[in-house]
Amino acid sequence: MSKLLGWRKIPIGTIILEAGSTFEVRTGDWRTFKPVIDHNKCTRCGLCYYYCPDGSITLEVKDGKIVKVDIDYYHCKGCAICEGICPVKAITMVEEVK
Amino acid sequence: MSISLPKPEYLAPGHAACQGCGATLIVRQVLMALEPDEAAVIVTATGCLEVVTTIYPRTSWRLPFVHLAFENAAAAASGIETALKVLKRKGLLKEKKKMHVIAIAGDGGTFDIGLQALSGALERGHKFVYICYDNEAYMNTGIQRSGATPYRAWTTTTPVGKKIPGKPQFKKNLAGIAAAHEIPYVATASPGYHVDLIRKVRRALNAPGPALLHIICPCPTGWRHDPSKTVEIARLAVQTRFFPLYEILYGRKYIITMPVPKPLPIIDYLKLQGRYAHLLRPEMKGEVEKLEKAVNDFYKWLERMAEATKDIPLPSWYHV
Repeated sequence: MSKLLGWRKIPIGTIILEAGSTFEVRTGDWRTFKPVIDHNKCTRCGLCYYYCPDGSITLEVKDGKIVKVDIDYYHCKGCAICEGICPVKAITMVEEVK
Repeated sequence: MSISLPKPEYLAPGHAACQGCGATLIVRQVLMALEPDEAAVIVTATGCLEVVTTIYPRTSWRLPFVHLAFENAAAAASGIETALKVLKRKGLLKEKKKMHVIAIAGDGGTFDIGLQALSGALERGHKFVYICYDNEAYMNTGIQRSGATPYRAWTTTTPVGKKIPGKPQFKKNLAGIAAAHEIPYVATASPGYHVDLIRKVRRALNAPGPALLHIICPCPTGWRHDPSKTVEIARLAVQTRFFPLYEILYGRKYIITMPVPKPLPIIDYLKLQGRYAHLLRPEMKGEVEKLEKAVNDFYKWLERMAEATKDIPLPSWYHV
């Protein structure tokens, strides 16, 4: 959604025509602690991907294997579920300094 | 069933759910069960999920989505299912992918307000999947009690006072109500066990008729727990037998999918949640024991049912 529509152009019945448009909303500024992955400890099991309520864990997959796990800080709300779920404690919550 | 990662993200991030929300966690896991050649029409009743994902003029959904009033998620889902069937028969459906219909509602929209629409849809036998994410109160409007609120839980309409410490009634057995319609598939699931949950959704999608999934959904705001504990609480609910995971096929065959031979003490589950803070007082010991007994009695009844019906053969669509 690039700009707000005038009342004449709004689709009837409050239909939203663009799918997944909340993607541009920055929910990353909600958090006070941000998760940081220690890539040396990370075993790339992908558990954090399944348990992130915001879909903020991005996986880089090559030939069906996860090669890198990363965090999308634009959307991560800092709930710390991934910190608790990580079996090897590779994710730590670090206070955000702005 | 094989899962190739990464799955398409059908629920876009950027939605307004609270930190550590169980509902969006469940929806993500549920939609991971869709194969690449499948798509789904999502129907949601009013509730937290609808409110946080579709704040006008934006939407989080990358699938066709219909928002409805509180009571008619199942009714609309049956209409959409029939419409898709007719369009396909007449050759008017352009979509090449196999279309499923998934209705998602909270416990208010299922246990209380949407129950008669749900019952009607299950009885008519529409092929759709109904998912109830059960956060055990009306969280969206400010934590009012619902038929799903468990015994002695605090809500704003069952406050903890001198005479009545939290909700005096027990929770409804939704899986039992759905199973009484003798529909192909009823299951309970927990987002703490993602493999089990995704597999159950897959079975529900494969089932030849209506399927219902009752999923426990920890809610940091309403249950008064730390957002980081969502998954831990969802697991403890199973490990303490508070929310046993089982399946009911055709209303006859019971299967316990996550047996809990040695349950953890229920206080482990209660002490993490602020809504049960009053049960930690020494004078409330009797109430905790009463809850523990009810939970264990139900589990033993389930074990007996599973034992008694183990000779019934499994249908072919069950294997995923």
